[in-house]
Parts: sequence; C-alpha cells; structure tokens
Amino acid sequence: MITQDYLLLCIGMGLVTYVPRWAPLAALSQRSLPRWLEEWLDLIPAAILSALIVPALLTAGEPRQLTLWNNDLLVAAPVFLFALRTRSLGGTVVLGMALYWLAGKVLG
Amino acid sequence: MTERPSENNTPTILNDGFRAAWPICVGYVPIGLAFGVLAQKAGLSALAVGLMSALVFAGSSQFIAVAMLGAGAGIAAIVATTFAVNLRHLLMSSALSVHLKGVRRRWLTLFAYGITDESFALNLVRFREGGWDWRRALAVNHVTNAAWVTSTVAGALGGALIPAHAFGIDYALMGMFLCLLVYQLRGRIYVLTALIAGAAAVAISLMIPGNSYIVAASVIAATAGLFIRRRWPRLTRERGSP
Repeated sequence: MITQDYLLLCIGMGLVTYVPRWAPLAALSQRSLPRWLEEWLDLIPAAILSALIVPALLTAGEPRQLTLWNNDLLVAAPVFLFALRTRSLGGTVVLGMALYWLAGKVLG
Repeated sequence: MTERPSENNTPTILNDGFRAAWPICVGYVPIGLAFGVLAQKAGLSALAVGLMSALVFAGSSQFIAVAMLGAGAGIAAIVATTFAVNLRHLLMSSALSVHLKGVRRRWLTLFAYGITDESFALNLVRFREGGWDWRRALAVNHVTNAAWVTSTVAGALGGALIPAHAFGIDYALMGMFLCLLVYQLRGRIYVLTALIAGAAAVAISLMIPGNSYIVAASVIAATAGLFIRRRWPRLTRERGSP
C-alpha cells in the first residue's frame, strides 16, 4: 500500500536529489569553461574520493570519534598497496573483500 | 561526436557498461538488502521501498529518511534533510560535465538521474583513460540503478533470511573507492589535494555531524590544490599531459 503522503515524500526527495545532479550538467556541458574552473574541477575527483574514504576509515560512532585501530583501516593498507601495484579494479575489490572477511574471522 | 557503428551498437555498449559496473553492483547488494530489511521493519512494503529507490536512488539519504519516518518526522523535514545530504552531487555533476560536452539535453536529463558517488568515480576514471563515452557511462549509471532498486526490494521481501556480512561483501565499495583513488593520483598535485581533503574531511567530520564534511573538505582541498598549482607550477608539474 502506498499512501498519498508517502508518494509525496518520495517525489519530494526525488526532486531535491535530482536537481543538484542535473543542474551543473545542463549548465556547464554546453559551454567552454574558464581555465581555472577546469583546473579546479580536475582536482575534485581526488578530493572527493579522499573525503569519502579517509573519514570512513579513521572515524566511527555517533557522535563520530577517531578510531586508529579497526578492521576497515587495517585491511585498507594492503588493499591500497595492491591497487597501486596492479591498478586492477576487480582484483582490488576481491582482495579487499577476502581480507576483510579474514580480518573479521581472525580479529573479530 | 563521431559515430562508430561497429563499436557503438547497443549490445556492445551494454556489455561494456556491465563489465565496468560490476564492482558497484556487488557493493550495492549488502547495502540494498540492509536498507530493505530496515525499511520493512519500519513498516514499508516492498513496493514502497522500490518506489523510493527508483525515485531517489541515493542510499544514505534513504536510510536517513526511513529512520526519520520511524521517528515520526514530517515530509518537509525529511525532504530538506535529503537535499542537504545529497547536495554533494552538485560537485560530481560539475566534474562530469567536462566530459559530456555537446551531449544532447535529453540524454543529460537521463544521465543526471544516475549520478552517485560510485558511478561518478568510476565513470570519471574511465573518461580520463579514454575509450569511454557518454553512452557507456549512461549504461553504468542505469545498470547500477537497477542493482540498487532490485537489492532494496529483495531486502524488503526476504532480506532477513540472508546472512549479513557474508564473504566480506561489506568491503566491496571501500575496495573500489581505494582503487579509484589510486587512479586519480596522477601526479604530486593530486596526491597533495587528496591528503588535504582526507585531513580536512576527518577534522570536519569530527566537529560537525552529518555528511557536510564531504563537500566542505573537497572544496577546500581542490581550492588549495589550485592555489598551490598556480603558485608553484614547477613543483607540481605532472608526468605526461595536464
């Protein structure tokens, strides 16, 4: 059963999520950008990925606290080195899962 | 945009999309199942779960929405929170736009729907490596969307029967992000930017609840990186082309 309120909620959530996804594409892809903006955007992927990864590895809890010893972080080191050496996406994902599974078994 | 019919037929494009997208799909399964189970416990039907996943397609905001629904929050509060949580896509869409020049509006309209942390990172790397185009990127977006909708609905239908944390599957997306970050480290300036972003993100995430640290740290780091690159061009010169 879908109530009218729930439908409204989903449409509202969908809209406010969609607009930030769409607006820059619509505005920026049809024109050439100033050089500084292109250079800035060129640095964004490395920045976002790092901003997603590092807190996930170094913080936990609610409110968040620094945790310098956890399985996620422990596994990340060899997985990162493996990615650096092999540059294999599939291999990295599989190794990460295997080591994380192992760490859970061995370290709890 | 030149057409190469032999390489651009639909099966080839879909095949390339699938082959690129599988790590994302694998990573979505445990999260999607967990979301489905949680939503079902909060009183949502499988249909309701599928509707939200299809209309929103943004995992963390969906978890928050279900938690807020459970706490009796109103529609306006949930929608406003969703907006704040998903504002980071603004940066991702901007960075992707560089690679989507001249693509028709209606395709961009369809493309935008599928921009997530995961598809963004994967597509951007592929664009940069070459041999990638908006059609394949669009396939990645929609293949991963299908995986998300399916796994959340499956979770609502019977996710409690599936053992959680099996096979280290919870680490699939982290593994993928780590490798995609490695691809991004193409010179000193990128390493420096990533270090600044990581440090800033940890600091901000410890001070401010929520996920605003992603946008804040990324903007700070990219701006600092641009400044450093301009100020000391020789120090930060890259290997190969800019």
